[in-house]
Amino acid sequence: MFILKLILRNVFRHRLRSLLTVVGVAIAILAFGMLRTLTGLWEEGMKHASPIRLVTRNATSLIFPLPIAYLERIRQLPGVTRVAHGVWFGGIYIDEKNFFASYAVEPRNYLALYPEMVVPPPQRDAFFRERKGCMVGASLANRFGWKLGDPIVLRGTIYPGDWEFILQAIYRGKDKTVDERGFIFHWDYFNEKLRMTAPEQADQTGFFMVGVSRPEVAATVSETIDRSFKNSLAETITETEETFHLNFLAMTEAILIVIEIVSYVVIAIIMVVAANTMAMTARERTAEYATLKTIGFGPGHIAGIICGESIAIALLGGAIGIVLTFPAAQMIETALSDYFPFFSVTPKTLIYEALASLGIGVAAAVLPTWRGATIRIAEGLRRVG
Amino acid sequence: MTTTPPLVLIRDLSKSYRRGDQIIPVLDNLSLDIPAGEFLALMGPSGSGKSTLLNLIAGIDSADSGRLEVGGIDIRPLSERELARWRAGHIGFIFQFYNLIPVLTAFENVELPLLLTDLPRQQRRDHVELVLGLVGLADRSDHYPGQLSGGQQQRVAIARALVADPSIIVADEPTGDLDRHSAEEVLELLEKLVHDFGKTVIMVTHDPRAADKAHVVRQLEKGVLM
Repeated sequence: MFILKLILRNVFRHRLRSLLTVVGVAIAILAFGMLRTLTGLWEEGMKHASPIRLVTRNATSLIFPLPIAYLERIRQLPGVTRVAHGVWFGGIYIDEKNFFASYAVEPRNYLALYPEMVVPPPQRDAFFRERKGCMVGASLANRFGWKLGDPIVLRGTIYPGDWEFILQAIYRGKDKTVDERGFIFHWDYFNEKLRMTAPEQADQTGFFMVGVSRPEVAATVSETIDRSFKNSLAETITETEETFHLNFLAMTEAILIVIEIVSYVVIAIIMVVAANTMAMTARERTAEYATLKTIGFGPGHIAGIICGESIAIALLGGAIGIVLTFPAAQMIETALSDYFPFFSVTPKTLIYEALASLGIGVAAAVLPTWRGATIRIAEGLRRVG
Repeated sequence: MTTTPPLVLIRDLSKSYRRGDQIIPVLDNLSLDIPAGEFLALMGPSGSGKSTLLNLIAGIDSADSGRLEVGGIDIRPLSERELARWRAGHIGFIFQFYNLIPVLTAFENVELPLLLTDLPRQQRRDHVELVLGLVGLADRSDHYPGQLSGGQQQRVAIARALVADPSIIVADEPTGDLDRHSAEEVLELLEKLVHDFGKTVIMVTHDPRAADKAHVVRQLEKGVLM
């Protein structure tokens, strides 16, 4: 009880110094939390990957197409419930900065395979009916102020020319982890135009989305699909949607690692700053620690006083940082909605932030605690502040 | 006829400090007896070893050789932990600069030695109020050291030294940082501790007026008692 009282009073003894340290820790924890949230988005993206969806692509590379003729052969394989296909279109709207994910897909099966894309039935049916129709996510529609019935022209970056569409449907995500910045349109319209402008690229697709009856058959179905096209001109690789995403994201792993390193560097920097503050504080109070030891208090008491103060300051700063994480994440989500479909702080991030605060407090206290606890009394008493 | 053994018995005590490769002798085969209830003043020039001797008697420093018994206990072989416990029960400290904890009130500073005992809260309170009354600061118990004068702070320090009822009070220049009037008050209190409460006071001082209050004055020069 006495130790706790002394710790709390010591925390507010040099108010400005404590305040600056608390603010420093709070900012560091906030930055750490934001960076961890950012890396967490990659993991969150995996969460809506369904175990009953497979992706079949060209074995050579994702950028090479597959013949559309594979569609019927895949559909007839045992265990396959539904097959959709699509092509990465890569269009831009008016200006190059207006870039977003755009796909030419076979819409009926595609939407059946992606129930997490919620679209009102009348809009969905209108989209199915209109050959030049397109469907966009609510976030994307908001970004450009698109409304149903609006004509939209995309400029192809891979498939040159102006591509005209009519906005027929706007989808929302079943939950906030679903990206609402997508743009999809009819593969038939896409293919028809290619037949006229670039016939050598027609009747091909970029990938097949394959629905299977249950997760247990996914491996067998994958093997069967790939075996079916063995030794053909376009061999395939079929993998679960999650594996597909992971492989895709592996290309960005270096960025992830850098962000993680930066997040730890932020914590390391504040650890050094806090350690310096605690060392300064402990040095100033050497005579007090010596006095307490003279009276009969042991090294454990002194260690408790120093370490406790350091942890209290770090936890106070950490708590402020954690609380600030929520409005900061909300601000990022609002301001950068074009880049991040959602920017939610997860319980895991909060736990990391709390542990980082505790780590800062403990690490900052190690040296001063050791010095304070082991100082010789006679030597300590000579240092009167 | 029986002879009462001295409260502090020192025989051939030596102490030196190492500074780099140099060994600096501070106390040289010093012998001294201090009977219970004595008010002893140790005087001498700076560096003569007065404070070192005081620290050795109080168990906050260790001698290189010799014999040092306090209350019949040979304290030299005691471990750090044992010494801390021994000090808490037997020694009260008064320092030149009071050494009060600034974030604790006068009451809380005085209570410190009692926190290491098993005394319940109410008894601790009674003890603290008693000694604060004894030093004339009963009405200042809620004040922080920064709100007290130097003389008052030293009286709080005396109350702290006294509260656990130790047999020996060691005082290192207790009036060194005080004006004449406050110094007088502090010395009167120390005399009172000896006369009224039978405490043994060992005081290091440069001040001849302070030394005049002591029963015995011993001079130390270059680690040797004159």
